[in-house]
Amino acid sequence: MITARLPKPAVVAAACGILFVTACTPNASAETAAGGTGELSVTSTAEDCSVSAATAESGPLTFTIRNAGDQVTEFYLLAEDGLRIVSEVENIGPGISRNLVVNATPGSYYTVCKPGMVGDGVGRAAFTVTDSGTAVEPAGDEQAQIDAALTNYKAYVKDQVDQLLTGTEDFAAAYVAGNDDEARRLYPTTRMHFERVEPVAESFGDLDPKLDNREADLAEGEEWTGWHRIEKDLWPPADAGYVPLTQAEREAVAAQLVEDTTTLHSSIQGIELSLDQLANGAIGLMDEVANGKVTGEEEIWSGTDLWDFQGNVEGARVLADGLRNLLESRDPELAATLDADFTSLSAELDKHRTSAPDAAQRDIAYVSYGDLASEDVKALSDRVNALSEPLSRITAALLG
Amino acid sequence: MAADTFRISRRRALSLAGVSAAAGVGAGVAAGRSAPDASAVPADPAALKYPFYGEHQAGITTPAQDRLHFAVFDVDDIPREELISLLQDWTIAAARMSQGGSAGEFAPDAGPYEAPPEDTGEAMDLGPTGLTITFGFGPTLFTAADGTDRFGIADRRPRALVDLPRFSGDMLDERISGGDLCIQACADDPQVAVHAIRNLSRIAFGRASLRYSQLGFGRTSSTSTAQVTPRNLFGFKDGTANLKAEDPAAVDEHVWVADSDDQAWMAGGSYLVSRKIRMNIEPWDRTRLSEQERAIGRTKGHGAPLSGGDEFTAPDFSMPGSGGKPIIAEQAHVRLAHPDTNGGARMLRRGYNFVDGNDDLGRLNAGLFFLCFQRDPERSFIPVQTRLAGSDLLNEYTRHVGSAIFAVPGGAAEGSYVGARLFES
Repeated sequence: MITARLPKPAVVAAACGILFVTACTPNASAETAAGGTGELSVTSTAEDCSVSAATAESGPLTFTIRNAGDQVTEFYLLAEDGLRIVSEVENIGPGISRNLVVNATPGSYYTVCKPGMVGDGVGRAAFTVTDSGTAVEPAGDEQAQIDAALTNYKAYVKDQVDQLLTGTEDFAAAYVAGNDDEARRLYPTTRMHFERVEPVAESFGDLDPKLDNREADLAEGEEWTGWHRIEKDLWPPADAGYVPLTQAEREAVAAQLVEDTTTLHSSIQGIELSLDQLANGAIGLMDEVANGKVTGEEEIWSGTDLWDFQGNVEGARVLADGLRNLLESRDPELAATLDADFTSLSAELDKHRTSAPDAAQRDIAYVSYGDLASEDVKALSDRVNALSEPLSRITAALLG
Repeated sequence: MAADTFRISRRRALSLAGVSAAAGVGAGVAAGRSAPDASAVPADPAALKYPFYGEHQAGITTPAQDRLHFAVFDVDDIPREELISLLQDWTIAAARMSQGGSAGEFAPDAGPYEAPPEDTGEAMDLGPTGLTITFGFGPTLFTAADGTDRFGIADRRPRALVDLPRFSGDMLDERISGGDLCIQACADDPQVAVHAIRNLSRIAFGRASLRYSQLGFGRTSSTSTAQVTPRNLFGFKDGTANLKAEDPAAVDEHVWVADSDDQAWMAGGSYLVSRKIRMNIEPWDRTRLSEQERAIGRTKGHGAPLSGGDEFTAPDFSMPGSGGKPIIAEQAHVRLAHPDTNGGARMLRRGYNFVDGNDDLGRLNAGLFFLCFQRDPERSFIPVQTRLAGSDLLNEYTRHVGSAIFAVPGGAAEGSYVGARLFES
């Protein structure tokens, strides 16, 4: 059923004029020569930027740019004023070919290559798009929608990390005070804030391992800090000779957790995000589910994988919903598919929820991963795959 | 003594090579010194065979065959003499099978009628199809976990046969890691490779038993310049920069243990590291092409480095891309694994794709059964894997679930057996 979900090419490319068009390269290896309708070949050299035709009909155009020079090159389709970038492709290494798909409206344009990635480029030439008679969807007020999506998501990230910091402080205090029952209650419910915005937290390379390393992630001799170190101490292994942390060790690891979370909190205050990051964040979160939570490998001591699972899914849904208006105009079918798949995954997760639907954040509860039957896990995994396939198409749908 | 053995074995190898060449087979590979004559296409691919006896064991610089059955054994609590007899029996059977013969003295349909056939028979009529059988010795053969010198060879354990360190992200399953002895059977027909392991396992009953074994298909490395670079299950070309048999100086430097290295009995041998690397196939398949190419550092189609050129163009790691960042990402697989990043460290990779059906969640249980040969793992595999485990962009899509290391002795002279020098005083 995958093909049924593929966005239509004409719709896919509509965004190229406005957005980050480096992603408008659906097929880097295609070597089709110009000739077919809408297919153009471009050869970029040190001095020139030859395009196989100077005119084309409006609608989807595929430029296949081959870098015949010896420097990294870029290709631009510029608007009538010769300044505004309608579409571009970057990072074409010497000898490499890459495609640029653009949905062109009738009008006058310029093509230009930029070998060496500096200066005004070479081989600037007029390029005319004539009216094919088939309407090309106007871009509308998309920039405003994009700005709104970015602003809203940044606010969401800040709110979640605020709550993460507060929760972490309470969790650390309970753990240090030896109030282990309270610490065990706060552990999964606080981590949900982290899981909801995990790709953002992970973008701070040094912090993520300090906060979230599992025992299996460690190299020989590497110090273990963060949530999972405390997890093992709160849910110690029953069989082997596990040595509980001393009071001094508890204080040290708890203080480190609060310190690292505080650093994360201050790091995200000035965060800049792009539409590209938003679109990929959603599938990134579902990959987290597929690689760790659905397999029960994230929380091997506490068994609280389903809290993390729910956090990841909620975070992905926030991202997808934030992009929904944009997606709706490009690919309404994809938008509807995502709605349905989110709903059915949430319904599957809700089967294992033990707290009331309106429970406060710190009272959210699920069954332990270890209590799931293998068919329960299979059903969850199937729903994750069902959602992740269409989710992985958001970026291409929005960015080309 | 050793020098004589090698002179004899090399002459022997050359004479066998002459026979094979007449059949259109690339020869000389067993001696590891000259390039295979890969331009000659065998009249009958099933008749392709490589000499078993020689200075080096076959199955290392031999052009990588299409299929693998890799088996690891634990040796029973037996006296040293029985271990030696096992190696002798294995050598004879392996030599026969590699030439298209039976595992035993009798053909599968011959021998005493009231006795079970010596050879199980499923390889009848298939031909040798390039079968090579390569033996190795694990650390636990020399020294048990409790330090016991099991077979009086603890003092002969090579320094290079280290216990591999724990790498970041390792999720090793003990049941498919380690082991006392290994046999790598490679052939162009899967049934021929399986037949070899099946019959060698049968010969071992009572002396050694199977600990785990792995089937592989679709070689993921080329070990000869005459071979097209194959693809791994990520859909990318793998092994482009591999050591090739046609570069004997590099093979001598990086693959074969020299007379002067540590333990003399290992001269002409190599060290094998195996890693079972599960790929997170489903998340990878949902990853956009731009990210796939960024993680690998090569184009998916031609396998050219992102810095340009064709597949065999050397990557230019300093070439800037947009935004001032290098065009080949700092954490790209090709950069981190490249000899330039690792003080010139190289190894001969000989891995295979695997699909062990699916797991309980309906996901393909698939990946790469990575095999590499080198003169010293502490200069090759270990530093490279340490670097990869730390920051390779591919780590998000892989997990290492099995691991082992073996000392692969030099080849046997006809009339002797594999590993004989380990047991000689």
